[in-house]
Amino acid sequence: MTEAYIYDALRTPRGRGKATGSLHATKPVSLVVGLIDELRKRNPSLDQDKIEDVVLGCVSPIGDQGGDIAKTAAIAAGLPDHVGGVQLNRFCASGLEAVNQAGQRVRSGFEDLIVAGGVESMSRVPMASDGGAWAMDPETNFKTSFVPQGIGADLIATLEGFSREDVDAYALESQTRAAKSWADGAFERSIVPVVDRNGLVVLDHDEHVRETTMEGLSGLKPSFAGIGEMGGFDAVALQKYHWVESINHVHHPGNSSGIVDGAALVLLGTEEAGQQNGLTPRARIVATAVSGADPTIMLTGPTPACEKVLAKAGMTVDDIDLLEINEAFAAVPMKLMKDLGFPHERTNVAGGAIALGHPLGATGAMLVGTMVDELERRDLRRAIVTLCIGGGMGVATIIERV
Amino acid sequence: MSENMFRWEADGDGIVTLTMDDPTASANTMSAKWGEDFAETLQRLEAEKDSITGVVLTSAKKTFFAGGNLDDLVKYTQADAQKVFDQSQEIKGLLRRLETLGKPVVAAINGAALGGGLEIALACHHRIALDAKGSKIGLPEVTLGLLPGGGGVVRVVRLLGLADGLMNVLLQGQQRNPRAALEAGLVHEVVDSPEELLSTAKQWVKDNPEAVQPWDVKGYKIPGGTPSTPKFAANLPAFPANLRKQLKNAPMPAPYLIMDAAVEGSQVDIDNAGKIESRYFAELACGQVSTNMTRAFFFDLQAINKGASRPDGYEKHTARKVVVLGAGMMGAGIAYSCAMAGLEVVLKDVSQENADKGKAYSQKILEKAVSRGKSTQEKADEVLARITPTADASAASGADLVIEAVFESPDLKKQVFGEILPHLAPDAVLGSNTSTLPITGLAEGVDRPEDFVGLHFFSPVDKMPLLEIIKGEKTSDATLAKAIDIALQIKKTPIVVSDSRGFFTSRVIGTFINEAVAMLGEGAAPSSIEQAGSQAGYPAPPLQLMDELTLTLPQHIREETRKGVEAAGGTWVGHPSDAIVDRMVELGRKGRSSGAGFYEYDESGKRTRLWPGLSGEFGAAQGDLPFEDMQERMLFAEALETVKCFDEGVLHTIADANIGSIMGIGFPAWTGGVAQYIDGYPGGLPGFVERARILAKAYGDRFAPPASLVDKAEKGQSLRGE
Repeated sequence: MTEAYIYDALRTPRGRGKATGSLHATKPVSLVVGLIDELRKRNPSLDQDKIEDVVLGCVSPIGDQGGDIAKTAAIAAGLPDHVGGVQLNRFCASGLEAVNQAGQRVRSGFEDLIVAGGVESMSRVPMASDGGAWAMDPETNFKTSFVPQGIGADLIATLEGFSREDVDAYALESQTRAAKSWADGAFERSIVPVVDRNGLVVLDHDEHVRETTMEGLSGLKPSFAGIGEMGGFDAVALQKYHWVESINHVHHPGNSSGIVDGAALVLLGTEEAGQQNGLTPRARIVATAVSGADPTIMLTGPTPACEKVLAKAGMTVDDIDLLEINEAFAAVPMKLMKDLGFPHERTNVAGGAIALGHPLGATGAMLVGTMVDELERRDLRRAIVTLCIGGGMGVATIIERV
Repeated sequence: MSENMFRWEADGDGIVTLTMDDPTASANTMSAKWGEDFAETLQRLEAEKDSITGVVLTSAKKTFFAGGNLDDLVKYTQADAQKVFDQSQEIKGLLRRLETLGKPVVAAINGAALGGGLEIALACHHRIALDAKGSKIGLPEVTLGLLPGGGGVVRVVRLLGLADGLMNVLLQGQQRNPRAALEAGLVHEVVDSPEELLSTAKQWVKDNPEAVQPWDVKGYKIPGGTPSTPKFAANLPAFPANLRKQLKNAPMPAPYLIMDAAVEGSQVDIDNAGKIESRYFAELACGQVSTNMTRAFFFDLQAINKGASRPDGYEKHTARKVVVLGAGMMGAGIAYSCAMAGLEVVLKDVSQENADKGKAYSQKILEKAVSRGKSTQEKADEVLARITPTADASAASGADLVIEAVFESPDLKKQVFGEILPHLAPDAVLGSNTSTLPITGLAEGVDRPEDFVGLHFFSPVDKMPLLEIIKGEKTSDATLAKAIDIALQIKKTPIVVSDSRGFFTSRVIGTFINEAVAMLGEGAAPSSIEQAGSQAGYPAPPLQLMDELTLTLPQHIREETRKGVEAAGGTWVGHPSDAIVDRMVELGRKGRSSGAGFYEYDESGKRTRLWPGLSGEFGAAQGDLPFEDMQERMLFAEALETVKCFDEGVLHTIADANIGSIMGIGFPAWTGGVAQYIDGYPGGLPGFVERARILAKAYGDRFAPPASLVDKAEKGQSLRGE
């Protein structure tokens, strides 16, 4: 059976996703081109003629990010004309979806060497600026009981009995772990500083990480109580979850993923393609799965996705060393750990999006890179990477160090 | 061929006045004839365009135009969708030709322009309304479960914008007087006399030879933006959510489909927007809910307000002086309603102080009305001056009506009637506002039981439109006729029922609450019970309602009923809710007035949350009740009790059942009332019977369909008898 190997994984640092963020003046296409340049630099034996496609996740593919940014970046980076480019959107899991699809194409034997990843400049192309029928078309919105994700996250906390202190404590731990990761140089292998056209460094570290205390977190106002009440969304959610009398709004900017700019790439290929290009495999894709749950609560998809990917791989959680679940909101990883019975000590070991930020289309690919690095650093074997996704979806991938 | 209902008169300035005057009806409607005549008239306008300066469109009737033809609309089923769509498109085509004629067209709105009437006016370049008494302008289609299918959605959105159009005109169907319509932007001018109406209209034609609709001007943009405008788009996801919050997810499709048609139509040109509107209109017009609501709120209500249950052969009665016995909340409200209708009111209680307090209630309402500009100080003073608070029975001298509203005790009622009777006019109507005590029994306390009648008002009296008139065994037809006249005189909607414990309304609403309470014992989450009630369309969730009514009230009524049944030699059958109510009372949780009930209340009496102890106390038999079953158990319990009311001769007409249930006890409006709910149930009466049997099997014999219903179902009849 052909295997899909991960040969390299790179990412930019994550800049704060607003005008004051360091990457705001850097175009999304430049973020990707910078990583492609670095990929070639780090792998001098890589014959770029052998690259077949560039697959990029991007959630708001309009404006700067519109018009198939993957092919645009491939051309701009000077990749050969025959190298394709395709942009895909599976909301927050787009980056992982890109890796999975590339892995599937490689493992099927149809293709040999693919660059996958994702990009999102949230400071330049704001979240939800691409519209879409789900939220914007009243008929669809009504029929499907649409509510914004944050309401779903607060509903998860309500249903699971996670208190404000619980979610804040989780957030604090994320910050602590992220700071430690930077102090320990855990991201050294993956991080590629963003430089300008003169080679001057624009950003070389994740700038969303901040010193945090429980007192500081406890002072933050809930983000979704207002739209829950004024926007009518609490009522919509409670009409569906009718056994719940009211929603406990516990999430705020301090325990939710940060809005940031960034990009990531993962190089995937067959064993032969690796050998021909002088590349050393770091990990292989064991199994991938997409699943889903109720779209209104929206963020409970990781549990069925993880269960599905384990079943596909013929494994149980006992076969998994590390769990990486995107910290969209604190309640999401907390619920997954509870559902799977997986310990916090081995979950999101390097810190997560609460501290580091969540550049929508890129995050999934970043998490793959983090897990490859951590499995090597800790000398462990397997990890699951998973994300909760708009529309109730969940995507999960098992990788294994080789 | 009959004469064209658009009368054509051209003046010396080349202005054509088109006067609509349907010879076959008292009001102009969108009949087949209207369509044909309008098409013919348009053809002539187009043919003679060069010799025409402009057009003034008006009506020879008291109203401008009455709207769609509801006789047809109420009959449509899914099979008529193509026809309804085509008709809707045809009307739009005609109106579009009018507004693109190339000559100025003015609507001279001489009287009410509701629904189709306003839609026609909206297709004119300028709208001038006569400030005629009683004239109303608006698009009330939503209140009948419909949407304005003659371009009303499309043009209101283009005139006022999405947010204002939806909130102020389309979603609630507000009916405005001409001045308010001007303020809302629906008409351009208001004039005071019919002469002024025509002259102003003609002047406008002369002054605006190049008139076109705003939306036909190049560069036109919908005010306030559309989904492609970022500022508008940011708030758009909350539009349906807030609507859903307001409507509590009750199955009323019209408001949602109006919003859909409005938003989708804003993204395309006017003709395509019209097509979108027509498709949504066809769906609503052919659906069950519009049939239900049109039957109830148009046909049934019309029948009742025409006095359908009034015995023939009695002259119209007008009450002049009323004595209200008891100045508590009900008595005070009744006094107010009577005074507002111009009656002289004596408000009597045991002490002057109590009576004064009762009058103060009217003062408070009137002060509020004046402060809000809804009334004038002069009118308020006039109304207040009609109410005489007193403790002296002799003040009743010569009164031709008594409405007794004292505590629910037969002895007390007998005593207060005895005290007042000698002072009344000899043929005065003797009314009792009891909500539960049999009228026949109460009538035995007076010496002229034929003049005795139940006049059951609903609280708060000044807001609740229903009056349940109860015929005792001895109540004469003459008294009944007078009672109906009095109801209409004081602007109440009368239903007529025969005597029985709880009459119709109190008896039926009890089954709804009992059913909800019983579910607690079956392990349903308290919040699910409340949501089931709200999402079924009840205006108040059942446990909340029970807290308002206080738990000791149904307990007391149950005890009385049990005694009554047993005294009559019957066997009393309890309800699964009994034990729960008893336990709650035992725990001291008697409802809001006791500071605790199914809900918790803070010091100020504000409801804070469901009492968390409920599931521990009653949830022993934890079970997952299907949500749909929970909703239908409430609706079916009331519907089945209603059938029993028909069987026992308590109810006499379908209209009384429907209107009484909606206006008196909050039966969901989308059903068209408790009788229409049965007929309109999926599968009709047989479908209802089948579902009742399934519920009976799962939840108890109380859901077994009565024999009369099964019989009708087998014969292929409906409850209404069609």
